[in-house]
Amino acid sequence: MSTLSRSDVANLARLARIDMTDEELDHLATEMDVILTAVARVQEVATADIKPTSHPIPINNVTRPDVVRPSLSPDEALSGAPAQEEGRFRVPQILGEEA
Amino acid sequence: MITRSAHEMAAALQSGDTTSVALTQAHLDRIGAVDKEVHAFLYVDTEGALAQAKGVDDSRARGEKLGPLAGVPLALKDVMVQKGVPTTCGSKILEGWRPPYDSTVVSNLKSAGIVILGKTNMDEFAMGSSTENSAYGPTHNPWDLTRIPGGSGGGSSASLAAFEAPLAIGTDTGGSIRQPAAVTGTVGVKPTYGGVSRYGLVAFSSSLDQAGPCARTVLDAALLHEIIAGHDPKDATSINAPVPQVVQAAKNGDVKGMKIGFVKELNGEGYQPGVRSRFEESLELLAKAGAEIVEVSCPNFEYALAAYYLIAPSECSSNLARFDAMRYGIRVGDEDGASAESVMNLTREVGFGREVKRRIILGTYALSSGYFDAYYGSAQKVRTLIMEDFTKAFTSADVLVSPTCPTTAFKIGEKANDPLAMYLNDIATIPVNMAGIGGMSLPCGLAPEDNLPVGFQIMAPAMQDQRMYQVGAALEAALLTQWGAPLLSKIPALAGGK
Repeated sequence: MSTLSRSDVANLARLARIDMTDEELDHLATEMDVILTAVARVQEVATADIKPTSHPIPINNVTRPDVVRPSLSPDEALSGAPAQEEGRFRVPQILGEEA
Repeated sequence: MITRSAHEMAAALQSGDTTSVALTQAHLDRIGAVDKEVHAFLYVDTEGALAQAKGVDDSRARGEKLGPLAGVPLALKDVMVQKGVPTTCGSKILEGWRPPYDSTVVSNLKSAGIVILGKTNMDEFAMGSSTENSAYGPTHNPWDLTRIPGGSGGGSSASLAAFEAPLAIGTDTGGSIRQPAAVTGTVGVKPTYGGVSRYGLVAFSSSLDQAGPCARTVLDAALLHEIIAGHDPKDATSINAPVPQVVQAAKNGDVKGMKIGFVKELNGEGYQPGVRSRFEESLELLAKAGAEIVEVSCPNFEYALAAYYLIAPSECSSNLARFDAMRYGIRVGDEDGASAESVMNLTREVGFGREVKRRIILGTYALSSGYFDAYYGSAQKVRTLIMEDFTKAFTSADVLVSPTCPTTAFKIGEKANDPLAMYLNDIATIPVNMAGIGGMSLPCGLAPEDNLPVGFQIMAPAMQDQRMYQVGAALEAALLTQWGAPLLSKIPALAGGK
């Protein structure tokens, strides 16, 4: 079994956009080892000839007629926004400072 | 009145013996008296509930035709959005959020005249088996306040057992309706996947999540099931077929000639002796009622737990990406010059609890390139094997049965630091979600060693939900004859309710 180091977990936390403390990373690295060893059991029976199942019922694309129908008003859509300005979501800067 | 079944309450409303306002107020009073001890509710919507109740009473006075449960109150799990009512999913990240729309389940409840009392406590984003993972503190099991009420829907199950509500809505991704029902001596049903719309149900694991009814009797669950179920164009995974006739089945309760298969692998080692003995007694009662009991084997079920803890975290790591501090929920660290990414990182660090982070990291790992085939891919293959086990088992049995959980309710804090031990609670409930079929838990007695409720699980093939109700009603009736009174009549009185 591959064991996860603290820096591996830090990388996963970065990918998942969670700013974890060193203490959390250490704790999770230990826990992940135990959990991954347990869940790796799926490999014992998952042979190449078995088809994977992603969903319990067979689903094809589900569409609806392309007609305008009622939806949230701009005020309703913005009602939960942490910050808003001029009828829009106000967000922190998404480009670098020099931009 | 509050200890009666929802069906009886509805009859009292129809005959004019009581009003929905009086019934709703009685439940609000009960919540006020005992919820300090139980903590089933995160939010009580006193004004909204009473206004809704008055609306039903007015409709009735005008002679309008009302649904079978019109005017009866209900507790709503906090993962289900209700317009204007705070919805947190037990998480800090959604603290203070009031959804701008109703979920389809809530729309259906409102159309049926069901009065929504408030939102119930849960493990954060429905991840857990004890309700200890709520950011707002645990819920206590009314049978023993030092014990867990199950999870993730512990608030819904506890509200039923504490007589704070006769009906509740739960959601079940790996057992979150059935396990809480089992450990609180109540009834909980996970319908066939796609039977109840997921529109407005905050997603945890989209291929597994399913909302369903929670109640104190099989018939009450059936009545609620028919109200919330049905095709919904707003949910692309909703099944476009007639709702199974579950009320009729719950009223019928005849198991003569039915084949009931007990799953060999879901009993025995690891199951508490009192759980096994109550389960086996119930099997004998079903045999006496005319059912044929057969043994079935589902050899791949032993891999279900491992597959679940790859599939559910993988889907959750993707679903929970929406909590990005931009459009709703809390925002942390939005100071001059802070980037969107740093705000996102800080908000998610502060807003998510330990179990949610654990699963997001696990899912991120399982989906990452280089590990995808070994983990997520293998888990999907196990899912195929589990579905094949069910298909084979259902060729020799109409329904399958097992204990709902390996043990009765454990102590709060007992497993909080051992994720694997916690995950084992769901060992008998998870296969149902993996295959997308229906599962029910109903109370089958108290374990002799600790006097705590034991759950009996019934599983039926996809879209054959009525079979669970038929068998459940038969067992419930046989147990009632044996006991002379419902199991909940044995529950200790709460201090605030005395």
